[in-house]
Amino acid sequence: MEAEMWVSYAAAAIRLSVPLMIAGLAILFMSRSGILNIGMEGMMLIGSLSGVLGAYYTGNVWGGVLTAMAVCGVVGLMFGFLVITTGADQVIIGTAMNLLGLGLTTVFGRSLLGMGTEAVQVDSIPVIRIPLLADIPWIGPALFEQNTLTYMALLLVPAVSLLLYRTQWGLQVRAVGENPLATDTLGVKVHRIRYMCCIIGGMLAGVAGSALSLGILNQFTENMVAGRGFIALSAVIFGRWTPTGTMMASLLFGGADALQLRFQNIAIPYQFMLMFPYVLTMAALAWFSGKAKQPAATGLSYKSAADRHA
Amino acid sequence: MPGNKLAARAVTVSIETLFYLIAIAVSLLAGALVMAAAGVSPWEAYQLIWKGAAGSSGALKETLVKATPLLFAGLSYTFAYRCGLFNIGAEGQIYIGALMGTMSALLLPSMPIYIHLPLALFCGLLGGALWGGIAGALKVGRGASEIINTIMLNYVAIFLISYMVTGPMKEAGGSLPQSASLPDSAVLPQLLGSRLHYGFFLAILTAIIIYWVLERTTWGYQIRSAGYNKRAAEVMGMPVKRNMLLVMMVSGSLAGLGGYVEIAGVQHRLMQNFSPGFGYDGIAVALLGNTHPIGNVLSALLFGGMRSGANAMQRVTGASTSLVYVIQAIMIIVMVCNRYWLGGTKKRLREWLIRKLDKTTGTIEAGAAGSLEI
Repeated sequence: MEAEMWVSYAAAAIRLSVPLMIAGLAILFMSRSGILNIGMEGMMLIGSLSGVLGAYYTGNVWGGVLTAMAVCGVVGLMFGFLVITTGADQVIIGTAMNLLGLGLTTVFGRSLLGMGTEAVQVDSIPVIRIPLLADIPWIGPALFEQNTLTYMALLLVPAVSLLLYRTQWGLQVRAVGENPLATDTLGVKVHRIRYMCCIIGGMLAGVAGSALSLGILNQFTENMVAGRGFIALSAVIFGRWTPTGTMMASLLFGGADALQLRFQNIAIPYQFMLMFPYVLTMAALAWFSGKAKQPAATGLSYKSAADRHA
Repeated sequence: MPGNKLAARAVTVSIETLFYLIAIAVSLLAGALVMAAAGVSPWEAYQLIWKGAAGSSGALKETLVKATPLLFAGLSYTFAYRCGLFNIGAEGQIYIGALMGTMSALLLPSMPIYIHLPLALFCGLLGGALWGGIAGALKVGRGASEIINTIMLNYVAIFLISYMVTGPMKEAGGSLPQSASLPDSAVLPQLLGSRLHYGFFLAILTAIIIYWVLERTTWGYQIRSAGYNKRAAEVMGMPVKRNMLLVMMVSGSLAGLGGYVEIAGVQHRLMQNFSPGFGYDGIAVALLGNTHPIGNVLSALLFGGMRSGANAMQRVTGASTSLVYVIQAIMIIVMVCNRYWLGGTKKRLREWLIRKLDKTTGTIEAGAAGSLEI
């Protein structure tokens, strides 16, 4: 009985960490190219709603995920236009993004899907039991009886690692985030790289949002992201701006979330469990200072050297 | 000649005002499109919003009530922003200010209102200063980003208040997550027969004080110069680090004061989620107010009006008040584009206007116009 409880807890922890992980990777892409995205909360909300809408109108849950990717890709492009080409302050645009996401999804969620118990429900992303592996005691049921998106998220982490650390493009992304001017003089198109990262970040935000509305639930509810966009940002910082670190931090924060949901009657009040990611991130930020820092060009807009005299 | 400068300045100001009004109109238009898409008649909705915001003296007072916390939050963001710091944490500071104010209101022995109320307001202010100060200290001491830390502190504060009102501070015998109601000696008096409380006038007074501090004192000059160029301010021998900490504390204290004013003026007890995102709305208020304390007053009134109007609209049409968020977001984006894309257009328009004026009155020299940039 005891063991069963822990296995189901571990399964829940992994399930809850998936949206954080995907959103974290989205923030990571943007962050490594020097763009601070505090608007992830709003982007994820848009992803959650468009995921459900897509699934409802296409009749297929993957149609929903693809819709969310497409819609949020456009949102990412818009974010990119405002902070890269326009050169507006990233914090301000991020804030606008959060307001926009909250406002649009609440208004259209109500008018298109209804609210409360009458809200439209769709199919969730199916759970796949991987044969043989799922029979491993303890680990099997926790890790190999998850929905498809969970496996994809876990595979995405090494893929992003390879992309960022083992390819020419990844090197360019990291260089742009550290020193755009130097990278520019080597002939790398700084703005193009940043646009790419914004669009990828947007698309992943769409997946992360639909991981909530289609993966964990099967409907859209108002403000359902409920701070997870900011927890994902914490996961990136706590994971020291690396894909693997982001994954570990997401698992940790997902674990805290599952703990607070499952064991409401433990000695610690649940509010302190909910605070955990934020406090830990602050401690980590203070601790890291001087060591692993955020990409040096974070938050600064860049005007191409070629344009400066034009 | 002063007359020339004055005329040129008048031209500049009227062009800026024109573009502001255009930006607001564009945002309202975009809001109308969203309403139409959501199946609400924009014409009817805006009429309801206008009625709910300014249709009667009661509606007008409600607008001022709603504008009060927005103004405090806007000033909080403005103060830090003008000094080169980002305080995204007004939301959390509002909560901690409300907590500290409420604690001093409930825990202190009974005393007359002219001692108790100022004391409670001061405790609210201190709470905000403490919460802002944490982010400031981490910035100065450890180089940790105040942007990230203020965001994190928002959530810590919200969960802390949630714990307090469901645990230690929960009203004895009550079932709702809220504190006991405040004693009369810690409540902001209301104007006869309305919900409008003196907190609104306190907010206006605060805006004037902040304007005075920023623009008319040596310290204000110091912190603004550090905002423009930190390195230069350091070289000039200004205590930049100490000032950064102080700025975050002052910025936090403004939001904290606003938090307790909301409790003492409107809610009359501390409760979970009493702020529907005032702190974040404050950022929109500050930006629309051109991060100027007096501009903040105008934009807080605008957003306060939209908020009280949207409540009226929601009651009639069923369309969500969240529409206000959409309009706010679009307003921020339009303002940003106004600032970054239309500078050239504005400059050409100004030069053209000044040439016109020059021909008709012959009092403005071209040189005087060029030297006046806002």
